Amino acid sequence: MRFLLDTEQRAFAQSLDAMLGAAGTPAVVRDWSRGEQARGRALWSRIAEAGVFALAVPEAYEGVGPRPVELAVAFVELGRHAVPGPLVETVAAAALLLDPGPAERFLPALASGAEMVTLAREGSYAVDGDAATLRLALTPDGLRLAPGHGPVHASLDPARRLTRLLPGGELLTPDPPAERALLWARLATAAQALGVGLALLERTVAYVGQRVQFGVPVGSFQAVKHRLADAKIALEFARPLVLGAAVTMSPADVAAAKVSACEAAYTTARAALQLHGAIGYTAEYDLSLWLTKARALRTAWGSADACRTEVLRGHG
Amino acid sequence: MDLAHSPADDAFRAEARAWLRAHVPPGPLPSLETAEGFAAHRAWEAELAADGWSAVSWPTRYGGRDCGLMRWLVFEEEYYAAGAPGRVNQNGVSLLAPTLLDHGTEEQRARVLPAMATGEVVWAQAWSEPEAGSDLAALRARAVRVDGGWRLSGSKTWSSRAAFADRAFGLFRTDPDTEKPHQGLSYVMFDLRAPGVTVRPIGRLDGKPAFAELFLDEVFVPDEDMIGEPGRGWRIAMSTAANERGLTLRSPGRFLAAADRLHALWLERGSPPAGAARVADALIGARAYQLFTYAAASRFLAGERLGPESSLNKVFWSEYDIALHETALDLLGEEGEAADTGWAEGYVFSLAGPIYAGTNEIQRDIVAEQLLGLPRGRRR
Ligand SMILES: Cc1cc2nc3c(=O)[nH]c(=O)nc-3n(C[C@H](O)[C@H](O)[C@H](O)COP(=O)(O)OP(=O)(O)OC[C@H]3O[C@@H](n4cnc5c(N)ncnc54)[C@H](O)[C@@H]3O)c2cc1C
Repeated sequence: MRFLLDTEQRAFAQSLDAMLGAAGTPAVVRDWSRGEQARGRALWSRIAEAGVFALAVPEAYEGVGPRPVELAVAFVELGRHAVPGPLVETVAAAALLLDPGPAERFLPALASGAEMVTLAREGSYAVDGDAATLRLALTPDGLRLAPGHGPVHASLDPARRLTRLLPGGELLTPDPPAERALLWARLATAAQALGVGLALLERTVAYVGQRVQFGVPVGSFQAVKHRLADAKIALEFARPLVLGAAVTMSPADVAAAKVSACEAAYTTARAALQLHGAIGYTAEYDLSLWLTKARALRTAWGSADACRTEVLRGHG
Repeated sequence: MDLAHSPADDAFRAEARAWLRAHVPPGPLPSLETAEGFAAHRAWEAELAADGWSAVSWPTRYGGRDCGLMRWLVFEEEYYAAGAPGRVNQNGVSLLAPTLLDHGTEEQRARVLPAMATGEVVWAQAWSEPEAGSDLAALRARAVRVDGGWRLSGSKTWSSRAAFADRAFGLFRTDPDTEKPHQGLSYVMFDLRAPGVTVRPIGRLDGKPAFAELFLDEVFVPDEDMIGEPGRGWRIAMSTAANERGLTLRSPGRFLAAADRLHALWLERGSPPAGAARVADALIGARAYQLFTYAAASRFLAGERLGPESSLNKVFWSEYDIALHETALDLLGEEGEAADTGWAEGYVFSLAGPIYAGTNEIQRDIVAEQLLGLPRGRRR
């Protein structure tokens, strides 16, 4: 037992962090929200080059996976930098394309970043259906290649562009491993939410350390400190659940990670908004990019209640 | 990144499980906050010690198994899963013992630890005073130099289990004229039955004498009962306070077992939907605490020092413990009020968690200032 990231895994996180930091993601997010995809696609390619999508793809199809721990590590960084796009959906699609036929046809391009995939379950929105190059639909008769998408609906996270997929299209497999895809989607979402929460905390700590009122930094007030201490505690106890779930990949562990990371990120978002005061409530200030994502991820790929039900079901 | 225990650790787990299965009393012992319960728990400590299970992480020469942090965690998981009794010598084992192992003399270790392991000597912690709670450095009880030792005077309070315990360890002011309140304090052990000691039991919320006030009137303590150098008591005590909040006071095993029992209670009650989310959160919290602890233990074993992050633990487990017990009492409905369900006693005990071992307000200050780097407020 050594429940600790190794040096290689930590170096991977650091190099992603450096790359994403240099990419200036806030500007990319704002473009993406307006439907301007050029910079987002360029960033997508860089993320693929760093090997992120390959972690979800087996070696037989030009991936290096499946490696859920590394994937979780990567998604924490994607969340910390508010990277836009159907990241989770692309990873879930990789878990779904198990049949050799579709796997051979799509996975190599998915690993290389050539395909940007969105995925909708029955009745759900497909995130970024307008940007995706491959739109997959889980329907009662199996996994279909959707022929297109309907109009774009706004999300309360402007960076998530919600679409309905058009019915019909080619049937790829009648019996896709939907549970497996859900597992990967939840793990990636949990890790991404943890990253969103960590970024919100980091930015808020910096802000309250320099914002002066009553002649002192507001961060010296105990009511402010304690709210941030609680956010820190929630995030630090979500982190091992996310990594532990990546190690076991049991549905109950992954669901527990999803609840706790999303709740921690959301608690942190509420504190971050409050402690920034009015500036935090504006779209022009970058904090908003993380605030709105924390709320959206909370219900993506299974609400807290759905995940708690999974936890109870899995407890022997 | 690995959650599998080594074959040797698994073998250790199996050995502990088999021993516990053969020895754990079939029903709960009477509450250890009563004279009768205290005696029963003391006897249980002796039974544990007879086969070397009362302080598994200590060196073998003092009655332990020298088995390291990870196996201690494994042992604790088995211990609580087996429904074994609460530990009457918790203060001694988790606070005084590590202090002596780090700062004591060989003579002190050899004298104190084996008798602690068997429950022959049960220890109380005498830190707090009526005027020194969160601001512990404000303490005033004195130790005055005399021939061959020291004389203690003053009063201590909220001393857990002192109503029935044998000896105590605590901080005393040996030099009243220092510039800073943290200086001039010394760490000593004393006998609760020595001449000059008066113990006044205090009833906690449910009336049981879970702690006591100590009045000390010129109580003699020989030199060999001073831990470390006189005047260095604060530093020594703080190194064990981190223990208290951190890895060793509340092991995950306890909460994993409690969450299991809560889940069983919920099933027994027909899985009421109203309780589902809270029961799920209890399961999630226990797992989070277990994995957090495994991560901390892994870092510790890899040579990292664990410092102020123990304050994260303290706030987490204390709030978790209350939420878990509240859920159980709510599931039990009117029955929950009856004090003879184990849940009621657990609930009363849990309520003190955010107060002792450093209040949660103080722990949040530590998290904010030392882990997040926020500006220090007005606190010394
Ligand atoms: C069940 C139980 C067992 C105990 N066992 C022992 C024992 O065995 N040995 C021992 O020595 N002591 C023991 N204690 C005492 C415990 O350590 C103290 O209660 C604790 O340190 C708090 O001190 P206090 O009760 O005087 O509260 P105070 O320090 O008076 O605090 C009162 C309130 O003010 C808050 N407060 C104080 N200062 C600040 C600040 N700077 N910022 C924000 N809030 C603040 C506190 O958080 C608390 O909410 C025990 C207590 C309990 C309840």
